[in-house]
Parts: sequence; C-alpha cells; structure tokens
Amino acid sequence: MIEALSYEFMQNALIAGVLVSFIAGIMGSLIVVNRMVFLAGGIAHAAYGGIGIALFTGIPIFLGTSLFAVIAALFMAVVTLKQKENIDIFVGLIWAVGMAIGIIFVDLTPGYNVDLMSYLFGSILAVSKDDLLFMGALFCVILLVLSLWYRQLLAVSYDSEYAALSGINIKFFYTLILVLSALSVVIAIKVVGLILVIALLTIPIYMGQNLSSSLLSMMFISGFIASVFTLVGLWFSYTFDLTSGACIILVAASSLILFIFIKGIK
Amino acid sequence: MLKNKLLLHISDLSFAYEKEPVLSDINLDVYEKDFLVFIGPNGGGKSTLVKLILGLLSAQSGSIEIFDASKNIHSKYIGYVPQNTNINLNFPIKAIDVVMMGAKEDKATALDVLKQVGMENAANTKIGLLSGGQRQRIMIARALYIKPKILLLDEPTSSIDADGQKQIYELLKKLNAEITIIVVSHDLSVIMQYATKVAHINKKLTFHTLQSFKQKFPKGEHVCEVELLEMLGRVK
Repeated sequence: MIEALSYEFMQNALIAGVLVSFIAGIMGSLIVVNRMVFLAGGIAHAAYGGIGIALFTGIPIFLGTSLFAVIAALFMAVVTLKQKENIDIFVGLIWAVGMAIGIIFVDLTPGYNVDLMSYLFGSILAVSKDDLLFMGALFCVILLVLSLWYRQLLAVSYDSEYAALSGINIKFFYTLILVLSALSVVIAIKVVGLILVIALLTIPIYMGQNLSSSLLSMMFISGFIASVFTLVGLWFSYTFDLTSGACIILVAASSLILFIFIKGIK
Repeated sequence: MLKNKLLLHISDLSFAYEKEPVLSDINLDVYEKDFLVFIGPNGGGKSTLVKLILGLLSAQSGSIEIFDASKNIHSKYIGYVPQNTNINLNFPIKAIDVVMMGAKEDKATALDVLKQVGMENAANTKIGLLSGGQRQRIMIARALYIKPKILLLDEPTSSIDADGQKQIYELLKKLNAEITIIVVSHDLSVIMQYATKVAHINKKLTFHTLQSFKQKFPKGEHVCEVELLEMLGRVK
C-alpha cells in the first residue's frame, strides 16, 4: 500500500475521496434533515441528461452536467414550493426524463459510446488534477455558504414555518440547498459514481446524526466517517483488485450494521 | 378600574380560501394581560385566524392593527408556539439552540427564558430526548426569547398527556402576569380555570368575558360541557 501512495493517480484518488466525503457529509446532512434524499437521487439521475447533451454538443462534461442538474434542481425547488403534495411524482418525472434524454443524446453522438457503468460507479482512480480543482472549489463555496448562513439554514431545516416568521427567506435557502446538492452530486458522479453518491449521502449521515447534538457537528462527523469508509474501501480495492465504488459501499454498509448492533445493545 | 392598553385590533376581517369563506366580519380587541382563548369546531377557522394574526396569510378585507412602535411587527410583537412539537425528533439540536432559532444568538437571554419555563437544566439536552411536555416548554421559551408583547399558542397541549397539559397551563398562568396570552384550545376546563376572555370562532366570532360564565355557573358547581358549548357556540 505504501508504494501505491507514490503514484499520482493514487494520491489524487485519496484527495478526491476525502473531498467528496466531506462534501457529502455536509450536503448529505442538509438533505437528510430536510427529507430530500429521494429528491437528491432524482436530480442525480436527471444529471445523466446533461452528460448526454454535453457529449453530443461537445461542451465540457462538467459544465453540461452542472447546468442540467442545476436546472433540474431549480425546477424541483419550484415544484416543492408550489405543489408540495405532488413532489414524489415530479421527482420520478425528472429521474426518468433526465436519463432518457441522456441516452437519446448518447445514441445520436457519432462514434462514442459512454460506459453507463462508469457513470454508476465512477472511476476514482482516474481523477485528474482538473477534477480536484472543481471539487476543491465547490468545497470552498459550501464552507463559505455555511459560514455566512449557518443559522438561517438551521432554522429553515428545523422548522421552516418558524423560520419564515423570523423573517428568513425560506424560498431562497431551500433553493440554495437544492442547487448546492445538485452541484455536489454532479461533481461526485464523475469521480465516485452515482450509486456511491447515494450511499455516501445516507449511510455516514445516519451514523453522524446519531452521534451529534448539533447540525454542524453532524455535518463534519458524517464527513469524517465517510472519509474513513472511502479510504478503507480504496485500500480493499487496491489490495484485492476490486471495483473501488463497490468496496467503499460495502465497507460503509458493514460498518452501519455493526453500528446499529452496538447501539441496539446499549 | 383603569382599562388595560389595547394591543391588537382586528376589524371587519374576512378571509376565504379560493371561493370558500372561512372567516367573515371578525372583530376583536386584545388588551394587555388578557388571557384569551379561541374555541370552536374543527374547520371553524381558529387556525386561519392565528395565521392571519401572525401574518402568514393575508385577509381579503378588513384589517389587523398592532399597536407597537417597532415596524417588524410579526416577528417581534407576537411570540408563536405551534401546535405540533413532535416534528423532526431525530434532528440533532440542543434545546438552547432551538430557543435561539432564527434570532440573534444571546445565550444569557436564552438561559433566562429557559429558567422562566423551568427548563434551564435541559439547555444542552438534545431536543428529541425530551418529553412532549418538556418540548412544548422549549417552544414557549423560543417564543419568549424575542420578548414579545403577546404569546400566541395554537393548541399547545394537543400532543401531551394530562399531567403535562396542566403544567403547561399553570406555566401560562404564571407568564400571564407579565404577558398577554392568546391560546387556541378545545379544552373547556382550561377556559374555566385560566381564561379571562373567550372567543368562539365558527366563521364568525362571538366574544365572551368570563364574568358571564361565572355568573351562570357559580364557583364549584359542576359545569355541563354540553351546556357550556351551547352557550359558547349557539349564542348569537
């Protein structure tokens, strides 16, 4: 393992893993306490439409996917604020339509067939310096948003009616959470894949929630737990030559079972 | 007797969802140190009136005037305690952070209002670990934190047990020495024991002072709830 660390691709993979883990820990906490896991899943799948369009038109994949996912997030923000009772239906809609658009555009793109598996499980060992820059930038934006508006985000997440009475613009903060979630999911898709994003947005968050007494500590404890899963999963992946994303998820899932077992006995 | 200061003046207020009228021609004056109870059937418009007073809804006609110098009326003038406190029980948040929610952080004031509701020892307890009654006290502390003139509670005891309910009303009675209280309640014994004024709301508002009750039902005598309801509801 030690000699593996001298390879640049391995260093990049470790940095990317930790960055994505903390992004997932912070945004995942907001997504879970706002009960938006399904919504985030829908946006993640819809983002595939952006991948197809980006391939077809030749614009950079990150840009195309981000734009598409942000549009999907804004659409869902409008739906949630106007038609809360139909939110499930619209999540299903963007989920399916986004993927369909992606597949059609990939079909129409001559001579190039994107591998759906790499979209589902990503390829953390192929992370480039550019990818790291994008991830680092998003991480900084998220930290900035937290330092500016943590109290508002907390109030909106805990009790949005009371937050509105306190003069907080709940529509703005709700939309902000969705757009940042969309960007986080997009950045993570190319690196660790869609399935792993969903796993990272739920398993460490559940454990973090149990171990925290504030939303802020939940965010960073979840991020730390996710990092441990990612690093241990990568070690398994490297040592036994297995798919990295799947290793990380299984490490996370077994830890969760152990966690519930220990918590249950107490 | 010197009349208390007028705090809230509602005149000819009407509200409809779509075309369905919910409240019509509501007139109401609330004075300092009132303990006013809103009573009435489900769907009669009690919660709608609460939302109108809070400014969460706007009426089609009529007006709600609040007598205060500060402009930010709805957040500073009225402290609101919502009906359901069993939401988000897994949310990782300490009681004191719930109290300071949405307002400027000031731990000394927060501890002070927690003391007023008898929950100063629970300041650092996770909200989900408290009982329903304790959580309701935290919500009352949160409403008091902004130093309101009026405390407005929407069925504050609907999700807690009988003992807890009594304690909540004893607390409100204590607070009433300093602050005006408006509470939505279904509980008739509350009216008899704690209220100074009663407003029955069923699309229209019928106003009673407690004197009229107490003349009809001298102290100690058992009150027939049907009779009481009839008096509250059917009197035009």
